[in-house]
Amino acid sequence: MSHDTEYTTDFGSAGDAGDAYAGGFETTTGRVHTVTGQDWDVVRGAEPGKKERVVVNMGPQHPSTHGVLRLILELDGETVTQARCGIGYLHTGIEKNMEYRTWTQGVTFVTRMDYLTPFFNETAYCLAVEKLLGITDQIPDRANVIRVMMMELNRISSHLVCLATGGMELGALSAMIFGFRERELILDLFEMVTGLRMNSAYVRPGGVAQDLPAGAEEKIRETMKMLPGRLKDTSDLLVDNSIWVARTQGTGFLDLPSCMALGITGPVLRSTGYAHDLRKTQPYCGYETYDFNVPTVDTADVYGRFLIRIAEMAESMKIVQQCLERLEPGPVMVDDPRIAWPAQLSVGSDGQGNSASHIKKIMAESMEALIHHFKLVTEGFRVPAGQAYAAVESPRGELGAFVVSDGGTRPYRVHFRDPSFNNLQATPAMSEGGQVADIIAAVASIDPVMGGVDR
Amino acid sequence: MSENLNLPIVPGAAPVTMHTKQGMFGPSAGGDTSGFGGLVESFAIGVPAARPYGGDFDIVADAAEEAIKGAGLAVNDVFEKVVVAHGEITFHVRREHLRTVAKIFRDEPALRFEMCMGVNGVHYPFETGRELHAIYPMLSLSYNRRVRLEVSVPDADPHIPSIVDIYPANNWHERETWDFFGIIFDGHPGLTRIEMPDDWPGHPQRKDYPLGGIDIEYKGATTPAPDKRRSYS
Repeated sequence: MSHDTEYTTDFGSAGDAGDAYAGGFETTTGRVHTVTGQDWDVVRGAEPGKKERVVVNMGPQHPSTHGVLRLILELDGETVTQARCGIGYLHTGIEKNMEYRTWTQGVTFVTRMDYLTPFFNETAYCLAVEKLLGITDQIPDRANVIRVMMMELNRISSHLVCLATGGMELGALSAMIFGFRERELILDLFEMVTGLRMNSAYVRPGGVAQDLPAGAEEKIRETMKMLPGRLKDTSDLLVDNSIWVARTQGTGFLDLPSCMALGITGPVLRSTGYAHDLRKTQPYCGYETYDFNVPTVDTADVYGRFLIRIAEMAESMKIVQQCLERLEPGPVMVDDPRIAWPAQLSVGSDGQGNSASHIKKIMAESMEALIHHFKLVTEGFRVPAGQAYAAVESPRGELGAFVVSDGGTRPYRVHFRDPSFNNLQATPAMSEGGQVADIIAAVASIDPVMGGVDR
Repeated sequence: MSENLNLPIVPGAAPVTMHTKQGMFGPSAGGDTSGFGGLVESFAIGVPAARPYGGDFDIVADAAEEAIKGAGLAVNDVFEKVVVAHGEITFHVRREHLRTVAKIFRDEPALRFEMCMGVNGVHYPFETGRELHAIYPMLSLSYNRRVRLEVSVPDADPHIPSIVDIYPANNWHERETWDFFGIIFDGHPGLTRIEMPDDWPGHPQRKDYPLGGIDIEYKGATTPAPDKRRSYS
């Protein structure tokens, strides 16, 4: 290996670029910087009299950590003596970005937070904005029924991912393949209704973006007929699977006082036998009028949470069936031209856009309608000054949206109390003193989604 | 300020004028040809409420006030003001009494707010001496009620006592609020950054921290970065 003399091979240690860790050298195409490791300044031995302390970083790149979660484990053999979570690898500044967009554009951002539960994020945000607008009671029935239906379909798809990835993490690969296959059936429905499989930005302040397209109800009915059998296939792979039972029963224990102290909600709280569900206790979107149960178990372990999710999917299907029966023709957006998007979206030959009748109206008939459309879309509507908190029961627990308005066309501050963020705090309590393998089961039972944790 | 708003005057902290709009349409750049250029409208939040607060709020407030008196404190020293809006109640607590209030809200048999749903910050740079607010949403499972506690501190002295030992759930939430707003929670077991890298300078959710961004160029046209676009607020 011979080097031309055109560049030096001085890797410029300390002093060259003024940085001890990043030297550089010149080449014919410019300066090349090299970041290198250096010796530790001080090498300390283990504390005398103590056993060797092994600290293992699990993640952020590891298939069993449920996304970019980093677990910092102190091990004594196979036993976990201390566990800590490192998060922040998926922080995208969504809350900050929303302060520079209109209230309606905010929906497009929140839907990307917990990317497995877009409809819950959107609904929580819209409920908070509607509270500030004072239009909570004016949301049309059809919009509420559609919201509930989409949320419950979303709950099924989210729980399916939980089973699928949870199964994969514990080695049950068939469960993963089945789970993701069934989820695709529901994502097809989302695509048909909203145009997108995920990140739909479908629920808007005042209602929903557009009405159900022709044929959507039949398609949902068809899928609802197919799903119970498919879900049974998936759960049959695990429910009595002796390996699955051995890995999940009695692991990840967290009792009710611990849940209350740590603010844990959702399936983890319900696995302690406490039937707390915001859909029952503080209903929104008309949940008080639906007939469904809140499944609980009293084992407080990973297996119990798994059973709860399966039971919840069945309850969600019950709610979707009731929604289908209730869908009456009617508006899907609040009857207030100051807030409601003037046009219904429709699908044309060149893709999704404003409906042809609306284009005709603003371009050929009414100058005022054109101005109004332009102002509402570019400027946005104003929301009265104030702060509001709205919470929904997401598949992972209480998803709260805290919204502050300064009376302008943009949010002053939006904060999401994401259940994944809060519930991940239970990882040490669930896993310290157990085996390394049990941590995976415990984290899978919390079902954190890092997009929601880091936002 | 309260005279302008034509609202009852209640002792305690004044409402916060959030922003003042001039003219008909909002934008400050460019002329306003509508003839309403002199129009001035101001928006405020945090307007103090007077009794009765309505619904369960009076039950909560009565129980809290009684427990505060029982602890040998004066209610007006503990609560700066109470705000009721949009069917929600917010107790503005002076920071030196936050821990007492948190314990009362958790332990008092008539209150029983078993869960604190975290804490988050809001930055009001124009509210001199009370720039940073920390907001604690509380949930009572026993009574199925919600309230909020709000603590305001000056930017120059951003210290709030930590309530992690009272509500362990607040551990990460306080770290997040420190990370994004620079509020220091005294007594927190490990107040380090949680979302941003450890060596990050500044606190990104504050209003004086720029969003940043790059102008978008497409087919010869340039769209300004989001924070430089025209705002109608």
